[in-house]
Amino acid sequence: MNIAIFGANSAIAKATARVWAEQGHGLYLVGRDAGKLTALTQDLQVRAKSKIFSEAADLTDTSKHEQIIINAKNSLGKIDLVLMAHGTLGSQSDGEASWKQTLQILDSNFLSQASLLTLLANDFEKALHGHIAVITSVAGDRGRASNYIYGTAKGALSIFLSGLRNRLAAKNIPVTDFKLGFVDTPMTTHYKKGPIWAKPEAVAHGIVSAIEMKKDVVYLPWFWCWIMMVIRNIPERVFKKMKI
Amino acid sequence: MPRTDENSHYQSWGRFPKAEQQSPVRMTSREGILPPRSSDSKLLAYGMGRSYGDSCLNNHGHLILTRDLDHFISFDETSGILRAEAGVTLEEILNFSVPRGFFLPVTPGTKFVTLGGAMANDVHGKNHHVDGNISHHVISFELVRSTGERLLCSKDSNPDYFYATIGGLGLTGLITWIELKLKPVDSPFIAQEVIKTSGLNDFFALTKASDKDFMYTVSWIDCLAKGSSIGRGLFIRGNHATASQAPAKNKTKISKKSVPMDLPSFALNGLTVKIFNALYYNKQLSRKTSNIVHYDPFFYPLDAVHHWNRIYGKRGFLQWQCVVPFAGGAGESAIKEILEEISRAGQGSFLAVLKTFGEIPSLGMMSFPKHGVTLALDFPNQGPKLFKLLERLDQITRECKGSVYAAKDARMSPESFSVFYPQVDDFKKFIDPDFSSSFWRRVRGESGK
Ligand SMILES: Cc1cc2nc3c(=O)[nH]c(=O)nc-3n(C[C@H](O)[C@H](O)[C@H](O)COP(=O)(O)OP(=O)(O)OC[C@H]3O[C@@H](n4cnc5c(N)ncnc54)[C@H](O)[C@@H]3O)c2cc1C
Ligand SMILES: NC(=O)c1ccc[n+]([C@@H]2O[C@H](COP(=O)([O-])OP(=O)(O)OC[C@H]3O[C@@H](n4cnc5c(N)ncnc54)[C@H](OP(=O)(O)O)[C@@H]3O)[C@@H](O)[C@H]2O)c1
Repeated sequence: MNIAIFGANSAIAKATARVWAEQGHGLYLVGRDAGKLTALTQDLQVRAKSKIFSEAADLTDTSKHEQIIINAKNSLGKIDLVLMAHGTLGSQSDGEASWKQTLQILDSNFLSQASLLTLLANDFEKALHGHIAVITSVAGDRGRASNYIYGTAKGALSIFLSGLRNRLAAKNIPVTDFKLGFVDTPMTTHYKKGPIWAKPEAVAHGIVSAIEMKKDVVYLPWFWCWIMMVIRNIPERVFKKMKI
Repeated sequence: MPRTDENSHYQSWGRFPKAEQQSPVRMTSREGILPPRSSDSKLLAYGMGRSYGDSCLNNHGHLILTRDLDHFISFDETSGILRAEAGVTLEEILNFSVPRGFFLPVTPGTKFVTLGGAMANDVHGKNHHVDGNISHHVISFELVRSTGERLLCSKDSNPDYFYATIGGLGLTGLITWIELKLKPVDSPFIAQEVIKTSGLNDFFALTKASDKDFMYTVSWIDCLAKGSSIGRGLFIRGNHATASQAPAKNKTKISKKSVPMDLPSFALNGLTVKIFNALYYNKQLSRKTSNIVHYDPFFYPLDAVHHWNRIYGKRGFLQWQCVVPFAGGAGESAIKEILEEISRAGQGSFLAVLKTFGEIPSLGMMSFPKHGVTLALDFPNQGPKLFKLLERLDQITRECKGSVYAAKDARMSPESFSVFYPQVDDFKKFIDPDFSSSFWRRVRGESGK
């Protein structure tokens, strides 16, 4: 397979890329930090014999998206699968204080993805071939005071994906939405970790196998499906008073 | 999700002492710069936290978490030379290298340590008498200083920093990558022999007889045995198995267990330890058994139980490891005296490991291994009673010009430290002014500052 990964420097994407490289798939890695991207490319080349290409880009610059996809297609021949992993946690309190900050969070977690997905979906639809996989978050399942801006972006992305899935189903192009729970990555350095925290490697294996099974919506780790079912079903008049 | 700066989350393996660190910093790129620190707090790299005491802790300071530096940089399939980032674990190296026919040149008794951590303590393994320490196989590394300088360190380039950083307890700066030479092997298996020993003399005789023909030797001993059976145990020796010795089915399934939570401290009183030790010893009925085993149970029997340190409960435990020079028999009698003290105190050690270090001199200014006998034991943290016993053991070690391993220490006195590590005054010059550790402040008598 030929796979394009957006946000390849993410700890979760890195772990996933390692699995795919070892399985022999060709990879086109797009990440923002050029140093990290080089380190990852070298690492994958040491581990596996598969074709690895990379390109450094800030994905909030949507004017570059078309060219990046062309570059990926030129390097790989064709794209069979995309994984989109980039995102930022941002600061809820900064966002509350400033619309500009809010927009930045929406930009890196929803708008940049929506732009890429628009281009990719059209390509896949035309080719009658492809698979779209995107990392979102359980934070998108319900708005909470502590992180509703980030949650809004992830929730919007899930809705966008659900629409795409509906549109592309007729063409047999799967759209997989990964709703992740807590994962121990650089994004969550400052959180106190407990037993429900997952390691990026475990999540990566979940991603790889759910893609093989062409799943639609996947909670990772699986038990988040039940946690979120409970959280979604708390009546709003109770929920609004809760501190979670 | 609670956004608390997790200051107590990062502990050492013995979970004693506890430290309150400021918010940790994850180093995500080897080209990155060191985090800025506030004027009154210092920095310290933290790998897998498999040091027992406080050498990987930095009370009131910042930890630089290195686990994201987990990339391989290059590997030469012919020479076995691997360049990898300092946060790569030995487990990750083995998973990569063993299928390619290479093994770690030196490994400690757990594979859950990082390369950087292994360097900072210049770790040793069961093959010290043949291969020395890990640093004997290190070609070069990069050291990043708080000034922003990036020093390429090897025997020829910045040699002072090369020798100071090996076994340098993380105090000379941050190691970002390491180049080392792996050892070619024919299979993932070890041809092992286990011999029951009746006492210390038996152990010393066996060691002498085995060091020439066996790459790996180590002995597990029952340190509650008394009188003439002091030092009785199992002597284990082995070599890498050839391809033809390896079992046909090239995979052994290793079961992974985990201790899910802290056990109450009565789980490990003298009686349970006695039963455990007796079982371990009696498990083996004939004098000698030989078999072919996978490298995992041979090198890393404890890794099969994740978080086994929790068996000691919330108060944690201490490990004590000494080396005593042979010095014409003085070393042997010191070991005997130490074992007698422990047996008399009845404070039970869950694990006791005895091994001889060979003659290869250590490279690092502060490296621990030297020619002689090394003994390592665990003790549940029983407070002052235990500290008194360990001070007594330090004293015996001081008297015979031995040393106690910093990687395992949580309590040695500043006086003992300067006797065990007389090179410390030279070493001091290479410490990065922005780096420090709980261990360092303690053994320099600066803990209160
Ligand atoms: C079950 C068990 C068995 C063991 N057996 C042995 C044995 O047989 N032989 C032996 O020698 N040791 C042994 N040890 C000790 C262990 O090998 C060392 O403590 C090792 O240093 C731990 O590595 P770590 O990655 O966990 O480092 P940490 O414990 O996190 O840190 C150790 C030191 O390394 C420094 N450090 C870490 N990364 C870097 C870096 N990138 N740059 C600069 N400094 C750095 C830290 O500042 C600290 O001073 C054993 C430990 C356990 C738990
Ligand atoms: N960790 C969790 O608990 C958790 C939970 C739910 C969902 N998620 C989601 O999982 C995904 C992966 O995150 P992670 O946990 O692996 O954290 P991470 O390691 O911090 O990864 C986030 C990555 O996003 C990239 N990125 C951010 N903005 C970008 C931009 N404008 N252009 C290009 N790349 C950009 C960053 O790239 P550079 O490194 O190159 O700057 C970074 O590598 C994210 O979408 C996150 O929201 C994580």
